[in-house]
Amino acid sequence: MAPILAFLSSSNLVHLSPVDLVIIVFYFGLVLWIGLYLREQANTGEDFFMAGREMTAWVAGLAFLSANLGSLELMGWAGNSYKYGILAAHWYWIGAIPAMLFLALVMMPFYHICKTHSVPGYLKLRFGEGAQAISSISFAFMTVLMSGINMYAMAVVMKVVLGWNIHFSIWVSAMTVAIYVALGGLRSAIFNEVLQFFLIWAGALLIPILGLVEAGGWSGLQAKIMQNLTELHVPNPGSYTHLWSTLGSFSANPMGINWVGIVFGLGAVISMGYWTTDFLVVQRVLSAKDLRSAELAPIIGAAFKMMVPFIVILPGLLGLALLRDPHTGQLIRLVPADLAWSPQGQAQGLHGYDEVLPLMLARYCGPGLLGLGITALIAGFMSGMAGNVSAFTTVWTYDIYATLINKNMTDTAKVKMGRWVTVIGVVISIWTAYIAAHAPSIMDYVQALFSFFIAPLFGTVILGMLWRRATPAGGWTGLLAGTLSSVGMYTWVKLDPSAVRYVALSMDAQDQAQNMFRALWCCLICVIVTVVVSYLTRPKPDSELKDLVYGLTPIPKTEHVTILHSPIFWGVVVAIVFVILQIIFW
Amino acid sequence: MKSGSSLSIWFFTGLCLGVNGLLIFARGIYEAINPPLENRVVLFDLHANIWWGGFLLIVGIFYCVHFSPAKERKRNAQS
Repeated sequence: MAPILAFLSSSNLVHLSPVDLVIIVFYFGLVLWIGLYLREQANTGEDFFMAGREMTAWVAGLAFLSANLGSLELMGWAGNSYKYGILAAHWYWIGAIPAMLFLALVMMPFYHICKTHSVPGYLKLRFGEGAQAISSISFAFMTVLMSGINMYAMAVVMKVVLGWNIHFSIWVSAMTVAIYVALGGLRSAIFNEVLQFFLIWAGALLIPILGLVEAGGWSGLQAKIMQNLTELHVPNPGSYTHLWSTLGSFSANPMGINWVGIVFGLGAVISMGYWTTDFLVVQRVLSAKDLRSAELAPIIGAAFKMMVPFIVILPGLLGLALLRDPHTGQLIRLVPADLAWSPQGQAQGLHGYDEVLPLMLARYCGPGLLGLGITALIAGFMSGMAGNVSAFTTVWTYDIYATLINKNMTDTAKVKMGRWVTVIGVVISIWTAYIAAHAPSIMDYVQALFSFFIAPLFGTVILGMLWRRATPAGGWTGLLAGTLSSVGMYTWVKLDPSAVRYVALSMDAQDQAQNMFRALWCCLICVIVTVVVSYLTRPKPDSELKDLVYGLTPIPKTEHVTILHSPIFWGVVVAIVFVILQIIFW
Repeated sequence: MKSGSSLSIWFFTGLCLGVNGLLIFARGIYEAINPPLENRVVLFDLHANIWWGGFLLIVGIFYCVHFSPAKERKRNAQS
């Protein structure tokens, strides 16, 4: 035990005790056991890729949320809230809730009734193989790339926080995911995601509870942040604890964004694109056992998503208010990751923004609780990676191999390929992680690239579902034009930074603000091109659009259910709570 | 969950929370009896590991009992 502890806990930020190690090892053993147990229930394509389409609303809903709740999501957004203040909560509220409700109540019937295996699969049915090919290849490429880069970023954080060897973190976590997903397919991924959901909450919830006790409640927290930021001469210190009141102008808040970017760029385009068309999350809902469960699942996910800022955003704000050097009493100011992780930064003992969550964890959690917190971070990483890998496997098998390469695959061959592609996808991700290790800036580029495909994809899918006149030529040319225009705007700003005044409407716009406006423009371009080309080309006959388009899809009447089982009722409840939260933190 | 299977996801969840809760609770009791002299966490006197570990243990036991393999088999047989 002693050598293992020495290997795993050589950092001076956090020290693991034997009980912490037992908790972490128990978690790894449990997820592998689940994979082995579910192996016998993944024999057909429907079982392996769609979890038999028999998940309840609760299981599908928690997996839907958990697949998004990766460790970088947890640590990254805690870091962003330290950097931007409570504005980061927009990514959990207006940047998620309306889109999740829209998916549940408007789009889910189409996905569910047409029995597609994937979002590119829907595009094939609606627009043909051109749109499917663009969507599936870009998705598969970006998924493994993102998975690997996230893996590397997590390994770096584990090294900085815990002193763990980077190769050890990468290989042990990745191989564990590969084993349980290859064995049990999507069902295994979903089971583990539900488990990981509970672990994340169990491990992270103590931080805001104890933090608020220490800060003296929300008003005490606000006062301390104001005092600390004033002491550091940070402009607009009051804007760090207000959600909307500082969005009247670009210069009045730390993100350099206004309400147009948040409402339209984030709320109407980026979040709609991510939550309704990114197959990584949509796949979980497609596994629901019936239409009512498929509609309820995103609503359950939305209800919990609204609470995630409590364990992600609040720790970042608590870091702003409470982190002081215990010896000198001076404020600890976190810095950008590249500075913190540089040799100079390490020599000075600097910490990056993304370390605020582990720092708060170490502040309040002793032996046992610390192990649970670290397990929560690992669980977050593994749920995110399993989501990427299972989605990649399905898209590769159904939308690339079985569509473009071998159209006569048997069901057994698809399952066999699914198991192998899971392992290969993980190996490619590991390879990508090592590429990222040698080119740290690649992460910025790939995250931007990922957003290139999501925003225009939403334009294509939503027009396909709601407008029967949209033609196959309109669909794929719109998708291509939207993607290329987004890449073009990104390149323009990279080559000429002053172009940000046109792309993001202000020179104050920071990276996140630029992403919002770029997404808005490229989605609009996608829609305009799709509409224009559709009017110039011949539409599909209505008989070919049945079950795919609004007006031509008979929505089955839900069985008689009480109001407490009605998706619309719970959708309204979530929407009301969402509005109340905006008013409280205005 | 899966027709015919005897282990529900909720049983696995209960097992995970219960074991973790037990370990954390036991460690909390040990620390309350033998408090560390140095490297105490902030708000150590609240003994978060005792009440948080106890809470997780209770939730874990509830899930393990309510979704035990025996009850799951019974439910599967009835459906």
